[in-house]
Amino acid sequence: MLAQQLVNGVLLGATYALFALGFTLMFGVLRVINLTYGFYFSAGALLALWMTRLGLPIWAALPLAAFGAGCIAVVFDWILLTRLRRIQAPELSSLMVTLGGVLALYSALTSWLGPDIRRLPPGVVSADAFHVGDIRITTAQILILAATTLLVGALLALMHGTRLGLAIRAMAEKPDAAQLMGIDTGRAAAMVSFISGCLAGAGGVLIGLNFNAIHPYMGETMMLRGFVVIIVGGLGDIRGALLAGLALGVIEVMTAGYVSSGLKEAVAFLILVAVLWTRPSGLFGRAVLRRA
Amino acid sequence: MLRRTLLAAAMTLAVVPAALAQAGAPIQIGAIEILSGPNAAYGTAIRAGLELALEEVNEKGVLGRKITLVIEDSAGNKDQAINAARKLIGRDKVVTIIGPTLSNEMFAAGPVANERKIPIIGTSTTAAGITAMGPYVFRTALPESDVIPVTLARAQAQGAKTIALMYGNDDAFSKSGFDTMKAAAEKAGLNILAIESFGSKDTDFSAQLTKIRALKPDAVGISALVEPVSGVLLQARQLGFGKETLFIGGNGSNSPKLGEIAGAAADGLIVGSPWFVAKDDAQNQAFVSKFRAKNNKDPDQFSAQAYDCMHILADAIARAGAAEPEKIRDALLATSYNGVMGPFTFSPGRDPASTAGVVVLVMQGGKFGLAP
Repeated sequence: MLAQQLVNGVLLGATYALFALGFTLMFGVLRVINLTYGFYFSAGALLALWMTRLGLPIWAALPLAAFGAGCIAVVFDWILLTRLRRIQAPELSSLMVTLGGVLALYSALTSWLGPDIRRLPPGVVSADAFHVGDIRITTAQILILAATTLLVGALLALMHGTRLGLAIRAMAEKPDAAQLMGIDTGRAAAMVSFISGCLAGAGGVLIGLNFNAIHPYMGETMMLRGFVVIIVGGLGDIRGALLAGLALGVIEVMTAGYVSSGLKEAVAFLILVAVLWTRPSGLFGRAVLRRA
Repeated sequence: MLRRTLLAAAMTLAVVPAALAQAGAPIQIGAIEILSGPNAAYGTAIRAGLELALEEVNEKGVLGRKITLVIEDSAGNKDQAINAARKLIGRDKVVTIIGPTLSNEMFAAGPVANERKIPIIGTSTTAAGITAMGPYVFRTALPESDVIPVTLARAQAQGAKTIALMYGNDDAFSKSGFDTMKAAAEKAGLNILAIESFGSKDTDFSAQLTKIRALKPDAVGISALVEPVSGVLLQARQLGFGKETLFIGGNGSNSPKLGEIAGAAADGLIVGSPWFVAKDDAQNQAFVSKFRAKNNKDPDQFSAQAYDCMHILADAIARAGAAEPEKIRDALLATSYNGVMGPFTFSPGRDPASTAGVVVLVMQGGKFGLAP
């Protein structure tokens, strides 16, 4: 049972990490706690659902849905935040704008599509489980693990191995200086929105696939855990998000499995408080907050 | 002379429309349901049932007047439910309120209506203690304590001796259903091996299920709303639960959405129900076909309960002889109505009096059928 519980914890943690990747990137670079992020997550899942219903296989629907969510993110980020960014509005107004925006988006989506939970067509991904001794892992879960690892690797490579990554990091460090050095910050911001949106969309598809429940509000229910992961991991810290996500998943599962399922959240959030109490910039955060 | 005639004519003109308005003005009834947010499915199902019944009632009218239904959205939020009740009573001058959708909303809004002496009737609030809030609080939903024992008796007939219980710990409906299930299981002599809880918005139940699977119970009873129940079943199958475990649902599982969301994973689950879509009495069949024609889908239990409730209320207003809250309350208590749920009367405690209509359903191929 311990082995299966560990696997459960790692898988749950991987979904948290997967969700938090784009969220932490968006915050780390654009310095806006962008609450619309959850909407891009829902949008990605719904796009993939629509495409698979049209008969597209999941390996094609996944990247297309991620791309679609990325485009949606660029558009809404531009509409909601461009003006605020230009006048250098305080962070709180940006936060409230994205809060208002995301509530409007969720309601609009719900009144358009209805609140019902939808499923991907059966057989989109094999329901078979792999047995290793007494442990069972399904195909969707392996996909999530693989995708999370791959995306973290790709993101780190992008950030540290390309000119775009350099520009984004420069912007995260000091936007004004980056602009003076000839970096097109508007374009870099749009790129960050796009990448974050893609990550959110991909996360939505994979997590929707695993729990097989897709609905307009699915992003909202992930947001709270997303916050914990990016704060504990250190805002804008990709490796931190991965580790914090895994840690949160394992702690939740272990508490539910060996202490009490009723205390699962109490323990997880108590740890959040304890971490911030001792390390205000996150478990893996350095004194300087913003890293990408 | 002319002046006096003119004056008299003017007065008549002024008085007559007012009198007409008195006779012809619609009777205002309020409803508070969840129409937005994650639990909107329940509220929209209820609204569909209410509106269908309202059309039928208004074809003939009540006391020579039509009924207007003012529906407020509670979004599943207690405070919003309280505000909705205040608005309906204060501004819309409703004579009765139907709803709210969830038991915990009823615990918030019920006292507001009771204090203003406006009858409030829950169509879907099955938690214990609802009608104990006061003499104006009614419900037409069978409380879970009447339904669960019937379901558990069926499980025992199928050979279940041990059971594990799971429940959503953050809404009154699921928690109260669990309390009832636990009490009924103890009373029935089932051996309870484990009790696990989860949040109603959770999507991961792997830790709880892994623990339960190691204990190998004959049955697993789940008290929660349909979305988490679906999630539990999907994940249970992933973790290797097979046909040897009998899944038992509480009232929340009694929705066609279970099959739509969980698909084959839900096969074999049994649930007790005060109503079933394929119950073949003429009145029920007429309701189902009208509902299909209007909404393009099958009604669920929530629509059926709401449909009956609207008719019960219209019947009470007609017998009350006046659209006044106090008289409606007394008329409701004397209800004897034959609806799609079966014969209906209120107990002196304002709960449904009879459990004769309870049926046990089993999920097969994504659809509920009557258990053999």
